[in-house]
Amino acid sequence: MFRLEVRTSTPAWFNLVLPLLAIAATLILCSGLIALAGANVFESYGVMFTASLGDSYAITETLVRAAPMIFTGLAVAVAFRAKFWNIGAEGQLLAGAVASCFVGAIPMPGPLAMLLMAVAGAAAGAAVALVPATLRVRFKVDDVVSSLLLNSVIYYALMALIEGPWKDSFSGYPISPPIEDSANFPVLIEGTRLHLGVVAALIAAPLIWFLIVRTTLGFRIRVTGENPEAARYGGIHVERVLISTALLSGALAGLAGVGEVGGVHFQVMSDISPGYGYSGIVVAMLARLNPLGVVPAAIFLAAVMTGAEAMSRATGVPAFLSDVIQGTALLAMLVALLFTAYRIRRVGAIR
Amino acid sequence: MPAPLIEMRGITKSFGAVKANEAVDLSVAPGEILGLLGENGAGKTTLMNVLFGAYAPDAGEILIQGRSVRIASSADALAAGIGMVHQHFHLAPRLTVLENLLIGMSGKSGRIDRAGGLARLAEIGRQHGLTLDPNLPVSALSVGEQQRLEIVKALFRGAKLLILDEPTAVLAPSEVDGLFSALRSMAAQGLGIIFISHKLNEVRALTHRCTVLRHGRVAGRVDDPANTTSAAMAQLMCGHEIVPPARGPSTPGGAVLILDGISTSKHSGTALRDISLAVHAGEILGIAGVSGNGQRALAEVISGVRTPDAGRMTIAGQTVSRFSPREVQALGLGRIPEDRMTTGLVTNLPLADSMVLPRIGTSTFSARGLLKPDAIRAFAEEQIKAYDIRCPGPMTRAGALSGGNLQKALLARELAFDPKVLIVSQPTRGLDIGAARFIHEKFLDMRAKGCGIIVIGEDLEELLVLCDRIAVMYEGRIAGTLDSADATIARLGLLMTGAEAHG
Repeated sequence: MFRLEVRTSTPAWFNLVLPLLAIAATLILCSGLIALAGANVFESYGVMFTASLGDSYAITETLVRAAPMIFTGLAVAVAFRAKFWNIGAEGQLLAGAVASCFVGAIPMPGPLAMLLMAVAGAAAGAAVALVPATLRVRFKVDDVVSSLLLNSVIYYALMALIEGPWKDSFSGYPISPPIEDSANFPVLIEGTRLHLGVVAALIAAPLIWFLIVRTTLGFRIRVTGENPEAARYGGIHVERVLISTALLSGALAGLAGVGEVGGVHFQVMSDISPGYGYSGIVVAMLARLNPLGVVPAAIFLAAVMTGAEAMSRATGVPAFLSDVIQGTALLAMLVALLFTAYRIRRVGAIR
Repeated sequence: MPAPLIEMRGITKSFGAVKANEAVDLSVAPGEILGLLGENGAGKTTLMNVLFGAYAPDAGEILIQGRSVRIASSADALAAGIGMVHQHFHLAPRLTVLENLLIGMSGKSGRIDRAGGLARLAEIGRQHGLTLDPNLPVSALSVGEQQRLEIVKALFRGAKLLILDEPTAVLAPSEVDGLFSALRSMAAQGLGIIFISHKLNEVRALTHRCTVLRHGRVAGRVDDPANTTSAAMAQLMCGHEIVPPARGPSTPGGAVLILDGISTSKHSGTALRDISLAVHAGEILGIAGVSGNGQRALAEVISGVRTPDAGRMTIAGQTVSRFSPREVQALGLGRIPEDRMTTGLVTNLPLADSMVLPRIGTSTFSARGLLKPDAIRAFAEEQIKAYDIRCPGPMTRAGALSGGNLQKALLARELAFDPKVLIVSQPTRGLDIGAARFIHEKFLDMRAKGCGIIVIGEDLEELLVLCDRIAVMYEGRIAGTLDSADATIARLGLLMTGAEAHG
């Protein structure tokens, strides 16, 4: 017989092993679906791997996809540390994309344009995140619901823009006018799409880690998240910390949108984000809310996305499998987190 | 002597390298009340968890009425006739008293026998004086009534042995008498009872026999607790003699905390009505009263988390203007909260984080928004050593520490910065004699150094030992203030019930 027993401490290596176990469990669980679709499981996973991480070009493509999820993953990790339940990274990303595209379309010197795009995108994302945070602090409105519903509001506002006043008159499609060529983010390796925004994402992760672990703001975020009452009695202005966290989180999600406009699409369209904001939640959970863990977690999900498309072409398994893998990975990770609080004990005979 | 109802033989249980129980023998006869004594960490809770099926012992056996049994879960324990009342109750707050009793009692048919339940509840109430309104939701019950419900629940399920883990820690003095008469009545009917407590006077008044644990082993047994001195029992528990702290004559200085006409609205709990009091340097002022008479609101105002509607508060000569925790701390207030886990510490973060929490913004622990991790760690290590806080190190999760060690950590954190005023609620609740003694000594040290201390408590004996003056709160007012030289439990008790003070 087995039983769950409460743990008094959690070994440090769990942070590394649990996500790996969760990923292994996910791949095993999803192999059933691949078999059901009539394909060879090993061949399919093989194709996924080579197409996403098999050669240097594939790796750059995966990194390009990982960049927005690093930003949204950081956005969610920071918010969840303070127990500000920001499910709105998707909307904040879209707002960041729109704002940076507006700025990028104004003629000005390239470097200045890129800087202002980043500032505008971050500010737009922060402004969107401020809404659920203010509602929670002032009126105790549940932030899960308000931040989630705001995603639809932003999405349809974006649609109204690009179907209406902001429609690109030149192409006639429901897409925004492109940004200036000089504002396009420089490509770092000739012949690939590896742009400046990817590097920015890779630098952002250690910066956010530093902020959480080594600054007084990070300290206040952690304490407020773990025990707001003790924080309040300890002289921390809990409401102010929640608002600061929301602004930071929204700005990071906004930067995900900036990278997509400046480095990948150079304009805004309705499908600029295939749910990068929601994937950010999976990324943050896989990373156990550790900003450094966000990078490998985002690369894993990006590899699944790129790989799933190639697998679909090669074996006929629908590319939707990538969504299933993401969802399963989140569930597997939540189950794995149980083991940080409990251990499984074999209950032996006494006599 | 009747055959034992329950017998534990040679129980050993280790957690990693720590032996929580080692070859422990214990027995309870029908109709017997056994006291189980020991300091925090002596292994009382582990032993009872083994008996109740939460842990499997590494060695040893459990016999019920002479038959060896295996208890692998609380369901097995209940089936074997063992009931346990934990310190934290296991009740469904939105269900009624009767519904809580009937949880898990529907049987195979799936039918719930409400009428039968009502009849049993009334019968148990009559027999032992444990009356409860069956239709009240649990959330409307007082803590004492919730405990009564837990006891009734155990009897309802046919318990022959009842384990009570520090039942009096949550009760007011008057409620303790009621509990004791109910327990005596149950024992008279042949029930076996194991009573776990730190309070030796209660153990001496109630129990027939005691088993004392120390460092996981049986340190001794007391066959006649009523005629054994508390000092002798304390010595068995600690392994050495315990001398109560001596409070020397006080030389109070000027007032360091003044409340002048403080009133609050009845936003939550009891409102304060025109509270005026002063605490002087080098003085310990006690605040007595039955719980729920405004003590919480008073602590909240002084701690700066609640702004009064009227009145003025002065700390060390400076008037408090905005009532924020940060402001009162900056003026020199230290605070040891009633509830260590919820308003004091952050259980999921390293102990070091909790120890620097109120002062993280000061130049000692941070500069220009950056933490000084070395300073934080060094401070925590220093205090761990100075206060003998038992833990693997400053990076241990605070929640892993025992109550006594957490209280020491809080004390260390507040005293390290020489507060001018210290506000303390229930400073030794749930602590063993050694830890309580240590805390009292620290307060007397601070008093000698000229700190003004205000102690909010329900344990009148503790207040009489510790305080220079005792103010009694009743319905949000100060009913009277006595010099502790003139104060007796009887006089304080009278004030606590609202009778006016004379002279």
